[in-house]
Amino acid sequence: MSETAAAHGTPEPFPQAARAALADSQLRYNLSHATHAIRVKRAAAVAEVPDWEALREAGRALKERVLRHLDDYLVALEESVQRAGGVVHWARDAEECNRIVGDIALAHGADEVVKAKSLTTEETGLNEALEARGIRAWETDLAQLIIQLSDDAPSHILVPAIHKNREQIRALFARELPDAPPDLSDDPRELAEAARLHLRKLFLGARVGISGVNFAVADTGTVSVVESEGNGRMCTTLPEVLISVMGIEKVIPTWEDLEVYLQLLPRSSTAERMNPYTSLWTGVSEGDGPREFHLVLLDNGRTNVLADEIGRQALNCIRCSACLNVCPVYERTGGHAYGSTYPGPIGAILTPMLSGMTEAGSLPYASSLCGACYEVCPVKINIPEVLVHLRQEEVAQAPGARERLAPEHVAMRAMARVFANRRLYEAAQRAGRLSQWPLVRDGAIRRLPGPLSGWTSARDLPAVPPQSFRDWWRERS
Amino acid sequence: MVDDVGLSAAAPAAAPPRRVSLFITCFNDTMFPQTGRAVVTVLERLGVGVDFPLEQTCCGQMHFNTGYAHETIPLVRRFVDVFAEAEVVVSPSASCVGMVRDYYARVAQLSGDAGLAREVAVIAPRVLELSELLIDRLGVEDVGAYFPHRVTYHPTCHSLRMLHVGDRPLRLLRAVGGIDVVELPEALQCCGFGGTFAVKNADTSIAMLSDKVRTILDTGAEVCASADNSCLMHIGGALSRQRAGVRTMHLAEILAETKTGPEAA
Repeated sequence: MSETAAAHGTPEPFPQAARAALADSQLRYNLSHATHAIRVKRAAAVAEVPDWEALREAGRALKERVLRHLDDYLVALEESVQRAGGVVHWARDAEECNRIVGDIALAHGADEVVKAKSLTTEETGLNEALEARGIRAWETDLAQLIIQLSDDAPSHILVPAIHKNREQIRALFARELPDAPPDLSDDPRELAEAARLHLRKLFLGARVGISGVNFAVADTGTVSVVESEGNGRMCTTLPEVLISVMGIEKVIPTWEDLEVYLQLLPRSSTAERMNPYTSLWTGVSEGDGPREFHLVLLDNGRTNVLADEIGRQALNCIRCSACLNVCPVYERTGGHAYGSTYPGPIGAILTPMLSGMTEAGSLPYASSLCGACYEVCPVKINIPEVLVHLRQEEVAQAPGARERLAPEHVAMRAMARVFANRRLYEAAQRAGRLSQWPLVRDGAIRRLPGPLSGWTSARDLPAVPPQSFRDWWRERS
Repeated sequence: MVDDVGLSAAAPAAAPPRRVSLFITCFNDTMFPQTGRAVVTVLERLGVGVDFPLEQTCCGQMHFNTGYAHETIPLVRRFVDVFAEAEVVVSPSASCVGMVRDYYARVAQLSGDAGLAREVAVIAPRVLELSELLIDRLGVEDVGAYFPHRVTYHPTCHSLRMLHVGDRPLRLLRAVGGIDVVELPEALQCCGFGGTFAVKNADTSIAMLSDKVRTILDTGAEVCASADNSCLMHIGGALSRQRAGVRTMHLAEILAETKTGPEAA
């Protein structure tokens, strides 16, 4: 599957898409190891901060304020970026965003661009759009490069190649990188060095750099990219022209607010006290860095999310991926099963809101509602609450919902009627007891028909016992 | 290790109640009546009177969590009517208590009925999970139980992350005479039940369950205990299918056991 599958054509529903991943023992092993390691480290990094809960609350409250006054903050950002010599573009959707970026690149005669890792341009399918206009986009983040070279799709927000192990990467580099030494080993340092040699040439040659944005400060026009490898800094400083693409929710009010997020983000994402590279720039500066700076503000469904009172908290997300790393579903299926740029718990709520229920209606159900995601979220997105809320929307829009004839609908309504009436409820208990006899073997039900067969494919079900609690109570009193 | 991660969202400490109203839940009423009998045994042993309003049925959690919020409204209305007079409601199901305390207000809001919202606001904080009642309101850890078996405890997600019961159930278990409580590795991991998730995403659910079962077997315990029969039915379903020789028991059933048997009273 290519990363454009999410953007073009409806992806397979989650339960079906998950099946292949669940059966892939190499993938399961890779993911289990990676998520367990980062989970333990994150917990330790967070435990070092005595006021972590206060920071989380500040991170949440700031985002809530931004979302309440998003129009004002965006206009303020536009003005301050322009004041600092930058150019601001507004993009309604992915297509408009890609067109703007392509136009700028072509205007500078660029047939290749270097890219820092950016989920937003992954969301818009920028690389493919540029390719169609004869521009080669080079990914420079190590994991993103691995994904690009193997014609794969990212499976994690922060670690896009989390599903691959060192040996798989070694084989890929040996095959795809022209300058890779013939005796390349799977030592991470050697692998990074091979990539570095390859990338260095690209950095020095490219005239246009493209980045995402972690935070954009409304009152100063400062834009920030937070990263680990230094490739982001190369992309944002070496080329003559820099184009940064940001979702409109990435704006924050003031410079001081960075204090909150630059503590929350690294500890939550890589379990570091501080990430190795934090680049901050304000417009253009004479004799330093790019001579032209373009900031593209992308909506692409975000204002729809904003209009959803319960769902809008998903726009608090700072893309740390802590929720992926603790999610028991993600740990077992990996990211591809979600069929979206945004996998895991945050993807399960963000994707259907950004691209609609017809595209991603199975995602709100891809959770056991265990709540581990909410517990670690640095900006306190109540993901289980939004999942349940989106399930209501899915039920309301599902095929057959209007006529209320879908089998699940009929069953749920019938059960609700039974539960709303004591006599019907007690009659149903008796009926269950009496009608189960063809299914019960040695006190347990080992095989159920129809939609319930999923349960008994690996689990027995106890038989309904002869006496309900209420019958015992009545007998006793 | 299960630590007390947060303050309980339950009602603030008050005088220990003399009578409580039992919300058995539809699931326990029908499938696990022995848990209800055990709750009555333990509470009566501690001198607490138990009422059981027969009009009660279901809290509506399955409907609400599956996306049928409108179908949940009559069930919420029914719950507040049935338990309107109760000073304290106790339930042996952490997830049903979580439904009442965390989501009833949302359902009431959805109904557009301000009266229902007011009633929910009064009743929801009075609804306690069994270990909350025993430790926070009755102030007991040792309930006089005796259970000479090797037991491991699975802390359910909703008991931990919705109710924040922390280590209350474990404190109750550790105070049981003769018991050997063994720590469950990766205890905080979900067992994969998740209500209709277990059916809608059966393959993923089973993958989660396999790991949970493996850690349970690793402890060498003969009993896996928990505060929610729904998770236990899930775990027990796999143990039964695998003929693993390990049984599941609700916390209340262990607390009801004495040297003279489970229901000596």
